[in-house]
Amino acid sequence: MRVTRRSFFRNGVGAFTLGFAAPPFLTDLAQAQGMSTRSLVVLYLSGGNDALSFLVPYTDDAYYNRRPTQAIAASSVLQVGTDSSGAALGLHPRLGGLKSIFDAGQLAIIQRTGYDYSSRSHFQGLDIWSTANPDAPRGTGWLGRYLDTLLSPIDPLVAWNTTDRLPRTLQAATVGVPSIPDPWRYTFNSPPGSGPTQFAKVAALKNSSHLPPTNPHLAFVNSTAQAALATAQRVELVTRYNPTVNYPESGLGYALQNVSGALVKEIGTRVFWVQTGGYDTHAGQDTTNGWYADLVGDLGQSLIAFRNDLKNQGLFDSTLVLLFSEFGREVSENSSEGTDHGAAGLMMALGGGVAGGFYGTAASLTNTPDNPTLEYEGRDVKHETDFRSVYARVIDDWLGANSIAILGSDFRNPRVDFV
Amino acid sequence: MSDLNPAIAHLLRRAGFGVNAADAESWNQYGVVGSVNRLIDYEFIADDVDDLIGASGYLGTISEGDFDPDNQISDARQRWLFRLVHTKRPLQEKMTLFWHNHFATGFNKITGQLGGAEQATRALAAKPTLDTAEPTFFSQRGQIELFRDFALGNFRDLLLAVSEGPAMVAWLDGDSNFRRNPQENFARELMELFTMGVGVFTESDVHEAARVFTGWNLHLGGAFPRFWFNKFQHDVDAKTFSFSIYPNGDRTIPSRSRNEGKQDGIDFIDAVARHPETGPRLVRKLYAFFVNEFDPPNAALVDQLSATYYATDCDMRAVVGQLLRSNVFHDPANYWTRYSWPVEFVVRLIREVGWTGFSARAAMTPLANMGQTLFEPPDVSGWSLGSSWISTGRMLARMNFAAQLAENQRIALRDAALGSAVTPDAFLNYFLDQLALPDLSRDVRATLLEYLEVDQGWVGSKSQVTRKASGLVHLLGASSEYQFV
Repeated sequence: MRVTRRSFFRNGVGAFTLGFAAPPFLTDLAQAQGMSTRSLVVLYLSGGNDALSFLVPYTDDAYYNRRPTQAIAASSVLQVGTDSSGAALGLHPRLGGLKSIFDAGQLAIIQRTGYDYSSRSHFQGLDIWSTANPDAPRGTGWLGRYLDTLLSPIDPLVAWNTTDRLPRTLQAATVGVPSIPDPWRYTFNSPPGSGPTQFAKVAALKNSSHLPPTNPHLAFVNSTAQAALATAQRVELVTRYNPTVNYPESGLGYALQNVSGALVKEIGTRVFWVQTGGYDTHAGQDTTNGWYADLVGDLGQSLIAFRNDLKNQGLFDSTLVLLFSEFGREVSENSSEGTDHGAAGLMMALGGGVAGGFYGTAASLTNTPDNPTLEYEGRDVKHETDFRSVYARVIDDWLGANSIAILGSDFRNPRVDFV
Repeated sequence: MSDLNPAIAHLLRRAGFGVNAADAESWNQYGVVGSVNRLIDYEFIADDVDDLIGASGYLGTISEGDFDPDNQISDARQRWLFRLVHTKRPLQEKMTLFWHNHFATGFNKITGQLGGAEQATRALAAKPTLDTAEPTFFSQRGQIELFRDFALGNFRDLLLAVSEGPAMVAWLDGDSNFRRNPQENFARELMELFTMGVGVFTESDVHEAARVFTGWNLHLGGAFPRFWFNKFQHDVDAKTFSFSIYPNGDRTIPSRSRNEGKQDGIDFIDAVARHPETGPRLVRKLYAFFVNEFDPPNAALVDQLSATYYATDCDMRAVVGQLLRSNVFHDPANYWTRYSWPVEFVVRLIREVGWTGFSARAAMTPLANMGQTLFEPPDVSGWSLGSSWISTGRMLARMNFAAQLAENQRIALRDAALGSAVTPDAFLNYFLDQLALPDLSRDVRATLLEYLEVDQGWVGSKSQVTRKASGLVHLLGASSEYQFV
């Protein structure tokens, strides 16, 4: 790869400089891009959330038979009523925060979401959920493709990944999404002994202002550097955010606090990726009081803090949180007091504009050959709702875009009408 | 680096971590062929680099108490970084890094599984000298020492050694793989990530393979976590697969007595190492690592190297040697066609800029911000490579590390550059001899010259040289061009 010495000013730089100019009025830019003021927060539970411990079918005897050590006692679940099949359901006892959101009608729980021949691989599974393409889970992500539909010039801060590596979901063909796990360290420094930082910054901006058409990789790094330099000042505003509530002192709590800060400070971001891990509970799951309980405890507390903070700021009605995991886990527990990779799981949508309640039905966990709600010789929960129909709902009815174009096919499902 | 033969410079970036300008002349003397030989046949070079830790004139380390890299993970990280900067066997360290990514095992999870941070550090990083009371070959070395010892060894042997290393057993839950209820985690990743790749095996293969490894458990409680073949937890019945296990085409591992049960796993590891998809998959990964990750691999070379893999029964020295001696590797079109990993970026910058008075510890947080903490890959599939290394946050972290190192080295940089401070051009050329970069465009060069003169024009005074030497090194290390190898 050699750097071309040909001049590429004529085509490259003009468009480029415009694209990364810091906009004076962000809302104007957002409107010019055809975006609403609605925000989307995708929250990924990494590792394969054990849906049956999250939302417990506490009157299904098979649940207790198949999980001798990992079942949650019926007496301790947080009852949230019955779904349309009559299944009585309860949230994990540590999900009190989520229950209050559910009771307020602002949490939609979409049961048994998934796809045919569910992958048991974390990586392939996540790729499938990210690309929304089980047959060829490669290339750009479903939200990346949404970002690609926005009109130029695209604000480089239109989306914000709160983890340190860009998830495939946000990989786009034309938009480079910044990864900002910590706004405090999202700054440009120069050697203190070298003179004013401004000199170095001007030079770094100039050096990266070229997009050599013969060298797309150098162009990519240059455009990333430009976006970093152009966005660092706005991101700094988030470090000055004082939330109206206390967030849990966890990675998830911190990430959601920053999302809230970005929304309140109006830095222009509309799509966020938030991730929390530890859900790959193969051994020693300790569902009721230990490992798993701590995971969902943090999740519930973080989400209720986020909800209350946004409500206080008047932003909850314009925010949608979408939760997913790459798969559910097997119905029966394993010999290590844990659960192995399974199939269908839970998706959830949370926000002031959400029509809360249950969507879809719980599985019956009795392992008989004719049980249509299980698959794989009764080991796994079979999906009832294609996960892409949930994406389609978000794309069409929340983001105001065209799900058929973005998902490559028509997955719209009138029964999944949570927004 | 104008003095160094460009072919050797390319070789040392790919098969090593770049080179300090002071060493360029020695490498020129070896010539291209001699340099390749020296990199590959490294055993004749003494492996004494760890003895230099703490000596003056080398990269420093900073510890909470005594430097204790067999037991403290932050010291283990510093020891490895020290080796990467000062090793005389760069290809061995390069392959060690390759295997660390291939068999990605993370410290945090196994800390819980093994009962503590010291146990986890030993399992990952202890040198073989620790705990010689029971010198069982495989279990006494930290995983990284296996990677180092087998860097260019036999892949099948490496696979077996890693599989019964306590770090891997803990990482993929082998310690709860019992006869009554097999644990699939290791079995799946062995096929999906370590050998043949996804889409080649079936779910039934995963179940059968999990049964193969029942009883591959751990003995905890001693100073060093130990592999334990727990024969009472081994499923002795036959296991059948969708692919051949034995050279005669037989797909079934026969039923064996408990006492012989461990052989099941050895047979299976042999089979997956020799599986027809494993060679090409490993070769493609090596190709992207050493040759070019931008373009699809050269099909003829992949075929040749795969053939070598099988003909030599998985000998990585033969495969990597053939790769580094191929015309494809040396084709100048393949120069600078890979994104540097954060560890490569940091080590090369230190090697090219200087290390006296700098500490390995000072690179740890920057490395985390760039997305690569040694001994803590994000998951078992390793780090996301290529353009995934570059995001706005990670790019800022790289730029800021260049600033930090340039500030730290500013006096040495000034002293070295004073003689070249006659004109901005000479000054810039001096530093372009120190830091290896692809040819810079005229515009970038003009911007750098402009930067040198921005505040007071060029006077070449000692104070200006002090400022501009660190400032220029920052800008070069922070440049987009420098992010490639």
